[in-house]
Amino acid sequence: MEWDWEFVRQIMPTLIEGLQITILATILGAAVAAVIGLIFAILRMVAPAPIARTTSFAVEFIRGTPLLVQLYFIFYVLPDIGIRLPALLAGVIGLGIHYGTYAAEVYRAGIENVPRGQWEAAKATNLTARHTWVHVILPQAIPPMIPALANYLIAMFKETPLLSAITVLELMNQAKSIANSNYRYIEPMTLVGVFFLIMSLISVFFLRWLEERYARVDER
Amino acid sequence: MIDWSGYIGLILEGAWVTVQLTLMGSALAVVVAFAAGLGRVSRFMAVRALATTYIEFFRGTSIFVQLFWVYFVLPFAGITLTPLQAGVLALGLNVGAYGAEVVRGAVKAIGREQREACIALNLSRFQAMRHIILPQALPLMLPTFGNNAIELLKGTAVVSLISLTDMTFQAQVVRAQTGSTLIPFATILVLYFVMAWLISLGMRWLERRVTRGLDGVRA
Repeated sequence: MEWDWEFVRQIMPTLIEGLQITILATILGAAVAAVIGLIFAILRMVAPAPIARTTSFAVEFIRGTPLLVQLYFIFYVLPDIGIRLPALLAGVIGLGIHYGTYAAEVYRAGIENVPRGQWEAAKATNLTARHTWVHVILPQAIPPMIPALANYLIAMFKETPLLSAITVLELMNQAKSIANSNYRYIEPMTLVGVFFLIMSLISVFFLRWLEERYARVDER
Repeated sequence: MIDWSGYIGLILEGAWVTVQLTLMGSALAVVVAFAAGLGRVSRFMAVRALATTYIEFFRGTSIFVQLFWVYFVLPFAGITLTPLQAGVLALGLNVGAYGAEVVRGAVKAIGREQREACIALNLSRFQAMRHIILPQALPLMLPTFGNNAIELLKGTAVVSLISLTDMTFQAQVVRAQTGSTLIPFATILVLYFVMAWLISLGMRWLERRVTRGLDGVRA
């Protein structure tokens, strides 16, 4: 079967429509992940031991199981207990929780990498807890986190095709429905691959720039 | 009341497929990772370019897209694979690309003085790699390889979408037949978690194994 540019032109609008949903899901998922990651990180660091341990286990569990199954769980099991979510929302929550566990690790590492001396100096200069965090710890902890977080953002973007399994009409699902109704797989599937490749090559360059900009703070 | 024993059997059958996929995919991934990782530090420009293209391509698109491409597009090029072959191929090549970066990083991390010592001892490039560089680089790779193996295990769930009867697929079958959602999905979540836990146990054992005798040598 030959590559058909006419067919490509025909299906492009539908694919672009799917791409918009893909990007929307990525952005919303990233926002949820950033918040959930923060909650996990705080619970693991400052909550009483039993809660901290439970959170650690939950994080390990979520990281050790496939996102696809978690999506099925949210989409199929929750309605049984009365929580019926639209597909896109279920997908965003799934992405957010899954990548939140990764974000939690990044937050924790970032905060723990601030040298002890900084905490002690803050105490010695009689700063309040709020001032210590806002003016001493976070300004040093956040810049090294940015490239790592961006890395997971790219990873999450690449995982969004999984949302097609719970009927979200994103890029992959649009491509599949085009392929199934025309019985032409080459163009839609290849184009999906090309779209993702272009997006992630662009984001790799962006990531390199972020790394140069933020990763080496202590070398100043 | 539903008789669960048959359905649990179905899920266990799927678990076996998942285990097979994980093992075969990991085997392929290790081979590919070393080939591409060492290719990236090759003397020859063409080899480096080839390895870089492979790595960027497979890291740039997700396993899902690659799997569909292998399963649905390759047949038009005359290569028809069974779902299992397609799954192993896509998983192995995908995780292999991530592994290649790990191999490259670990090989690069071995100090200059080691390479200079190899030259001073008149070792060939192959001998230096085989006897000096890799034995020291391997312990650096293992923890990340462990994580990659768990990623591969998680990736196997995607093959259910090309109708391979793995654990996730069987859970869907059970859901369709019984109408119960909690039990099949909770069961496979626990099974996946146990498998991931076994992988990390195994990798920790392997790490102790390869670092034996290296204490004090490494900084």
